[in-house]
Amino acid sequence: MSSTAIRPKLVAASPAERLKSAAPLLLAPVLAGLGLVAIGDGATWLTLTVAGLAMGLMIFIMASGLTVVFGLMDVINFGHGAFVSVGAFVGFTVLAWLAGWTQSPAVMLNLLAVFLAILASMAVTGGIGLMFERVIVAPVYGHHLKQILVTMGGLIVAQQLIHVIWGPDAIHLSRPPSLQGAVIFGEAAIEKYRLFAVAVGLVLFVAMRHVLRSTRVGLLVRAGVENGEMVEALGYRIRRLFLLVFMAGSALAGLGGVMWGLYQETITAHMGSEIMVLVFVVVIIGGLGSIEGCFIGALLVGLLSNYMAFLAPKVALVSTIALMVGVLMWRPQGLYPVVKAK
Amino acid sequence: MINRLLSGDRPRSRLLAGVLALILIGLAFAPFLFPGTKSLDTAARICIFIVLAASYDLLLGYTGVVSFAHTMFFGIGAYGTALALSSLGPSFTAIVLGTAGGTAIAAALALAIGLFSLRVKAIFFAMVTLAVASAFAVLVSQLSGLTGGEDGLTYRIPRALGPAFKLMDGKIFGVRINGRLLCYYLVFFSALVLFLGLLRVVNSPFGRTLKAVRDNGFRAEAIGYRVVWYRTTATVLSAAVAALAGALLAIWIRYTGPATTLSMEIMIDILLMVVIGGMGTMYGAVIGATLFILAQTYLQTLMASAEHATEALPLIPLLVAPERWLMWLGMLFILSVYFFPDGVVGRLRSRR
Repeated sequence: MSSTAIRPKLVAASPAERLKSAAPLLLAPVLAGLGLVAIGDGATWLTLTVAGLAMGLMIFIMASGLTVVFGLMDVINFGHGAFVSVGAFVGFTVLAWLAGWTQSPAVMLNLLAVFLAILASMAVTGGIGLMFERVIVAPVYGHHLKQILVTMGGLIVAQQLIHVIWGPDAIHLSRPPSLQGAVIFGEAAIEKYRLFAVAVGLVLFVAMRHVLRSTRVGLLVRAGVENGEMVEALGYRIRRLFLLVFMAGSALAGLGGVMWGLYQETITAHMGSEIMVLVFVVVIIGGLGSIEGCFIGALLVGLLSNYMAFLAPKVALVSTIALMVGVLMWRPQGLYPVVKAK
Repeated sequence: MINRLLSGDRPRSRLLAGVLALILIGLAFAPFLFPGTKSLDTAARICIFIVLAASYDLLLGYTGVVSFAHTMFFGIGAYGTALALSSLGPSFTAIVLGTAGGTAIAAALALAIGLFSLRVKAIFFAMVTLAVASAFAVLVSQLSGLTGGEDGLTYRIPRALGPAFKLMDGKIFGVRINGRLLCYYLVFFSALVLFLGLLRVVNSPFGRTLKAVRDNGFRAEAIGYRVVWYRTTATVLSAAVAALAGALLAIWIRYTGPATTLSMEIMIDILLMVVIGGMGTMYGAVIGATLFILAQTYLQTLMASAEHATEALPLIPLLVAPERWLMWLGMLFILSVYFFPDGVVGRLRSRR
């Protein structure tokens, strides 16, 4: 009996197949290498690369919430940019209150002020996310068309409310002294704030991966992305899980808003909808619903925008569109298609 | 006769028919009924936006595809005409060449976008068009050598369409018969023809198939219609009509810039017009565009007076300030998506 049993046959993946599945991982290093060739000057390249990574990771912070929300519940939130703007405004308000701390030369006080600002804006945007989900998104589950329209309406109202609360003008605020200036690294000058942004982004990515891979909530989220009905059938309230993810995504958008606002040192009510263009490009490149794809897409967009801004400033934004078109030609569902995408 | 003109798609509600007739008469005799530069300008804008909103309705209402690139096509048409008029000089040849060129480019671009993003997933299309349209707007303001950048292009139109050209001496009903009037009627009749053309399209077998694709793409595919082909064709068609509307705007205001043709605000205006008027009805575009442009022009004055009247109260003046009217429209928009997905036209039809 045992001699006739069919034994599983293990075939090692051929190098070509392995390369195919790992190819997206190689994209960012390849792009960085191409950038080095095109720019030619090592110091400039290093500065631009760090700037690109910083920008990419900030976009990743904003895009990750959007993509998980889509993957889990098939909801696309065109109003995501509103959370970015609101987060930036709340953060700047807190930083303005803590002017004593932000202007002192002590590093710890500076960082504490930024930390508190981030905390406040995440709390506010998370709360608004709760309301947004309940009031605006919940009634239109399952209708993509209505979702797009309604969340767009929410974006308009939110932008106008920012005008009502904070006034129509742009707000300027300089960064705390310990985040100003640059570190000289060989011949390359690297802005401190960019290093800070890279650190925050990487910590967040690792934390997010950890939550998704090795915690119970993460397991449920991933299971929900694969097959929401099955998770519900097993007795979990997927609606509550989704609400949680939506709030987390909104809070992350708020965090991204503070980071981006401090990067630009100027914020307007429209900053969210402007940055959303890049966020959408990143989400599409990565494949709707995929965190890893989103991460790679964000790095690609950040690096490419900075290289192109140096090489050919006029076509910087168009080049990211070209990147998106290229990726969609190669993989029509994005780099890492999620099962649910149909 | 009327039935033929409307392609058999009657308003199906007395009240709606009355309102539509009122709008038609108002626009047809606008120079005589409402003399004055501002009201004539408003009437011409209503004509142009009716075409623009109707062409968007072909996509949103009949095909169920959300595009954020409609202003891009509108802008391409306007810039095509503007560039031809400023480089070839003010002649009708330039207008024809520019309009044809702009429309062709818009259609080609729509085909390209449709082919690579409608293939996968309809929701991609909304995001892709948003990204492409923003990139295009940035590109136009960057290429200042060609497009005049943020300042846009100012140019002259043929003399026969300008106020200095006199068709006859004296006045009719107190209105001078000059080139400006001629220009208005050029806009009016072009808009009328384009609108009736769109009505013809949505009531043809092709339009019926579009509705089938919208309601159940999977089933339409199973019956044997090539869904991608229908979606892409509708996109191209609506882009071409939007470009023609852009050309009309370029001729009417004699100026083309990013703010009047490409901005996201206009895209949102079009969305509001179509949704509030009624998606998938064509007449909704007429009602929506008329209401919206009238509100944009005259309601803001009303809100300004409300702001003054409530000056003493806290917060309220901030909320009724004329700059805040978009907020109220946004709320109206959300509410109408929930409660009246068929918009004003749907409400009127269900009441009869």
